Amino acid sequence: MGSRLLCASSRFASHLRISVSQRGFSSVVLKDLKYADSHEWVKIKGNKATVGITDHAQEHLGDVVYVELPDVGRSVSQGESFGAVESVKATSDINSPISGKVLQVNQHLSESPALVNSSPYEEGWIIKVEISDAGEVEKLMDSDKYSKFCEEEDAKH
Amino acid sequence: MSVNRIKNLGFPLMNLVKLRGTPILQQLVLEEKLLRNSSENWCIINNGTNVPTIVMGMSGKPCELLELGSVIKDQIPVIKRFTGGGTVIVDKNTVFVSLICNKDDVPNVQPYPRSVMAWSGSLYSDVFNGISDFQLRENDYVFGDRKFGGNAQSITRNRWIHHTSFLWDYSEGNMSYLKLPSRVPQYRLERDHTDFVCRMKDYIERSVFIEKTINAVGTQFMLKEVNLNEIDDSYGEHLESTRLLTMNELKETLAKTTQIESISQVG
Repeated sequence: MGSRLLCASSRFASHLRISVSQRGFSSVVLKDLKYADSHEWVKIKGNKATVGITDHAQEHLGDVVYVELPDVGRSVSQGESFGAVESVKATSDINSPISGKVLQVNQHLSESPALVNSSPYEEGWIIKVEISDAGEVEKLMDSDKYSKFCEEEDAKH
Repeated sequence: MSVNRIKNLGFPLMNLVKLRGTPILQQLVLEEKLLRNSSENWCIINNGTNVPTIVMGMSGKPCELLELGSVIKDQIPVIKRFTGGGTVIVDKNTVFVSLICNKDDVPNVQPYPRSVMAWSGSLYSDVFNGISDFQLRENDYVFGDRKFGGNAQSITRNRWIHHTSFLWDYSEGNMSYLKLPSRVPQYRLERDHTDFVCRMKDYIERSVFIEKTINAVGTQFMLKEVNLNEIDDSYGEHLESTRLLTMNELKETLAKTTQIESISQVG
């Protein structure tokens, strides 16, 4: 994997942090999100959260060909699997960074699973959740910690 | 201290389960259970399964992948498994090798599909060392440009499974139950099944393959043989996704597909 060229408009530039591994490939990390060590992101707005997988995750997974979505209304727990993505003949669990109830799933992913690759933080969002325990956010990483975490993880291999 | 103990010092433990003729549904249900609910490493080898069975990946759609009319008429069982990847038809001449690992016990492998696949490719390079141009090619095991082993994986937070069905031999009649899939590797080059696959028996003895595979795994793990009936039933508490599709489901799918095709022809 070589370095990615990123075109960030002035609108997005202030929200971006680029994480560069020792091997020189970079992934996008957004400043206003929180991150789990299993490479999911969460955007909190009041008692609602939007969840997806990070740019680092989608790069490492390869082309996503299928997303298994949970049912609306089901409970999710922090750190537990709620669905899966399929890429390169593998199903990979998606773990929820936050506990709560699924309010909405991204139905576009059924027809266009590649949105997870092309737009992991925007059109590739996976579920929206009503949060049951706001305190859990404290256990997640901010963008700086997550960037460092990705760099350290990649440096080990 | 014996030479063997020195050699195995520091290697993680792996349970080795050797099966013969075990139904593939039973094998896959066991694997899913062990992946989700065990914290140990496992190598499961099933030397053939009892009846011809179609096995699809998690996202497989019967109408796209199977000649449903023939499958229903001949009552061929169809399973949807918990791992990704494509569709195979397996029987007594398929040899299955499954490796379930804690990611921390294989620290040089990142828990992502390509990394796991590279590791397995390297392991099987040892098995097929010196045998006719073996390689991992676009995620298939091939001799030259002919596939003899299909892979699939499932990755959880801390563990992963890589399992393979090796075509020791196969029946061309059985292959006719499968359609040409829409997603094919580039090296396939529009070849039909019979020109694309090859028989492993033309390259290596069955017992030699199994012995060499165990030896290759044994260079990275300390193997402990375990009988199927020793595996604790308490592993069973999880939501299974592996399942046998019912004939009614397949008939309904065929009926819907036929209806859609009729409407589009009239339109």
